[in-house]
Amino acid sequence: MATLRAIFAHPSGRIGGAIVALYLLLAVLGMLGLTPHNPLTQHRVERLHAPDSTYWMGTDLFGRDVASRLMTGIGQSFIVAFFSVAVATLAGTVLGLAAAWFGRRWDGLVMRIMDVVLAFPAILLALLIVAVAGPGTSTSVIAIAIVYTPIFTRVVRGPALSLKAREFVDAARTFGSSAGYIVTRHLLLNLVAPLTVQVTLALAWALLTEAGLSFLGLGTQPPAASLGLMLSDSRNLMETAPWLMIFPGVAIMIGILGFNLLGDALRDVLDPKMRRSIA
Amino acid sequence: MISLLSVSGLRVGFGRNPQANEVVRGVSFDLADGETLAIVGESGSGKSVTALSINRLVDYGGGRITGGSIKLRRADGSTFDLTAAAEPQLTKIRGGEIGMIFQEPMTSLNPVLTIGWQIEESFRLHRGLTGRRATAAAKDALDRVRIPDAARRLKYTPNQLSGGMLQRVMIAMAIACNPRLLIADEPTTALDVTVQAQIMALLAELKQETGMSMIFITHDIGLVAGIADKVMVMQGGEAVEQGALNQILDDPQHPYTRHLLHAVPHFAGGGATRRDAQREKQKAAEPALKVDGLVVRFPVKGGFLSRTSGAVHAVDGVDFELMPGETLAVVGESGSGKSTTARAILGLVRSTRGTISASARKAAAGQSALPVQMVFQNPYGSLNPRLTVENLLAEPVIATGGRITAETRAKMAALLKRVGLPENSLQRYPHEFSGGQRQRLCIARALMLNPSVIVLDEAVSALDVSVQARVLKLLIELQREFGLAYLFISHDMAVVERIAHRIAVIYAGQIVEIGDARSVLSEPKHSYTKQLIAAVPTIDRRHERFELDTRQVPSLVRPLGFEPGPANWQQFGPDHRARVEV
Repeated sequence: MATLRAIFAHPSGRIGGAIVALYLLLAVLGMLGLTPHNPLTQHRVERLHAPDSTYWMGTDLFGRDVASRLMTGIGQSFIVAFFSVAVATLAGTVLGLAAAWFGRRWDGLVMRIMDVVLAFPAILLALLIVAVAGPGTSTSVIAIAIVYTPIFTRVVRGPALSLKAREFVDAARTFGSSAGYIVTRHLLLNLVAPLTVQVTLALAWALLTEAGLSFLGLGTQPPAASLGLMLSDSRNLMETAPWLMIFPGVAIMIGILGFNLLGDALRDVLDPKMRRSIA
Repeated sequence: MISLLSVSGLRVGFGRNPQANEVVRGVSFDLADGETLAIVGESGSGKSVTALSINRLVDYGGGRITGGSIKLRRADGSTFDLTAAAEPQLTKIRGGEIGMIFQEPMTSLNPVLTIGWQIEESFRLHRGLTGRRATAAAKDALDRVRIPDAARRLKYTPNQLSGGMLQRVMIAMAIACNPRLLIADEPTTALDVTVQAQIMALLAELKQETGMSMIFITHDIGLVAGIADKVMVMQGGEAVEQGALNQILDDPQHPYTRHLLHAVPHFAGGGATRRDAQREKQKAAEPALKVDGLVVRFPVKGGFLSRTSGAVHAVDGVDFELMPGETLAVVGESGSGKSTTARAILGLVRSTRGTISASARKAAAGQSALPVQMVFQNPYGSLNPRLTVENLLAEPVIATGGRITAETRAKMAALLKRVGLPENSLQRYPHEFSGGQRQRLCIARALMLNPSVIVLDEAVSALDVSVQARVLKLLIELQREFGLAYLFISHDMAVVERIAHRIAVIYAGQIVEIGDARSVLSEPKHSYTKQLIAAVPTIDRRHERFELDTRQVPSLVRPLGFEPGPANWQQFGPDHRARVEV
């Protein structure tokens, strides 16, 4: 509760939070089918219709309503982003904790594998995975999850190593606490704040990666809508129907901005050192 | 003509609204040429902020001077108000007219530059010396602070020197340009007692040599006796009392000054030891803890293939017995192996050899098999900040396979009450408690498993003196109530004198002297014990000289397979023996 209030008091937290909330609302409405029009219905007569009061964002080459497709597209992008970040967080946290706790060979092995994964540019690696496994929503989720796992592993391992050397962990050992108890109670609980920040920022990147994959035709498959796919379809019509490009492009941009702002605000609010300077 | 420094009505605040967050509230004092003023107070009293305001370093910490004046008489006789000075003028004054030394010599120096370069820097800045002349001046500066072999030491980087040596380097830098005022902010707090005594002696000698004035900030009123002419006692941002040294120490007027003088454990050379010794009464009893031939070594790796080339002999053959209801104090300086001994007993470091046995009791659920618990030095670090007090106290019970029942909760409440914490503490988090309260919490947590032995590793060292006195009192009460045996690890002889029945002096990983507390403190036999005791600062030793001793501590790194020779002990009474020195 206190955290929510602090985010609301933070200038970029207020803007970022509002954007993310708005997108969540649009995504949910899109997934529930509560769109102005059916996103898949083709209005043959009204192809490439410019925005007006019926079609708020115009129609595309097949006469489908852009606004409705945008809403379902946001929903689609969010699902991929959420699931991939969830998998990456889980995998990264487990690997990072294992590396920090067992140390030595485990640490070396895990972190070197992560270094290899991290050595590839994110989108390139995701492309490679999708190219091998075949395009689709679930492969996008897995590809994006694999790409972002090393970041979580690093975010967890560093602080976990320093927490492991803290006196309260020594104290727990003197009581004879089990490794599982120490790792969950003393390490993980203290990692909640950095992880929350990282999850928010990773959502922004995952959104962008999903858009990139779909743009290249390897993510969401037509006729389903996704922001990247819509952008890709608009390429040849850029001059005749600019609204096809502008709306999904701006939607991607503002969405990523929103998550980044929220992530920055969370970092300030959850970091006790920063909290003092704000208060 | 005014005195060298005249501070009047100084007010300093912090944050966006400095008027509302004042840390120093109207402090005034005068300092004449060659005089030393000691500012004494507990943490948060505003003593450091007062001093930092004089050379305006407080600006860099987010502080703002909100009122009053600081008048400095400059070398040419003109007076100058530092509160109104601009940054370029201040840069000239800092180092040139006002030198400063800080608490932590390890972090005050740049680790990648040689100390010679860092001393030369102040000659370059203030005197425009360069090249060979700067080097020569730096060597002279090191000679002045009695660093042997100064020419060679100039090429050292800070990691090659001990804490005491580094503090000397800091002093050398501070007085390099003959400042007329030296501000020393807790310059010996981070150092061992014997090193502290050396630095204090050095400062006193330098003061006489150069005739400079000094402001000496400390939390330890026992230290001021050896150096100050005047004393100012601060509490809550105000100077509650100031006056000449003898007047403050012998005839304190303000209740807080009296309280401070009373709370500081005065070292009485064995005269204030406890008289409730347990040893004679229970000759036949089984010891609560028995340590036999404990050896802890850490491998040293080196060379191209990082082969083990030797070992650090952190603990090298320590044995002792601890009886129920008895306190054995382990004293020694940092690096002597006293903390490693404690950690080996608790299994936090693996012992290379030796046995540790505690009087075994039936281990029921909710009781640990080894009835030894530990309280750590840092009350801020040893409690997980994200857990409530209830969860913190529950942990030892859960760890030993117990369940949290109504009975356990009743025990938590009873223990919290016993250690003097408010009843509504269970749902609160550690950050809501003060340092002393947290240490009480740690003690309550250690008692959850009904241990027979508690290892207290510098458990009161991080606390302010008045809090320290109360925690010590609590510890003694608990010991009598529960028949606890304490292994009390400390570097502070005055505290040890209050709580110990027996004392073991540890040096370079070995016990060099052990025995009855009164006997060890009043008639120390080993030269190292004598040195430790001679270094204890007390208010009774006014202006006493201390011989400078610049020996470095021997290295504990030994070649592989090295074994120390058998110990030769000499008995000095029924319960007092010391190692025969070679």
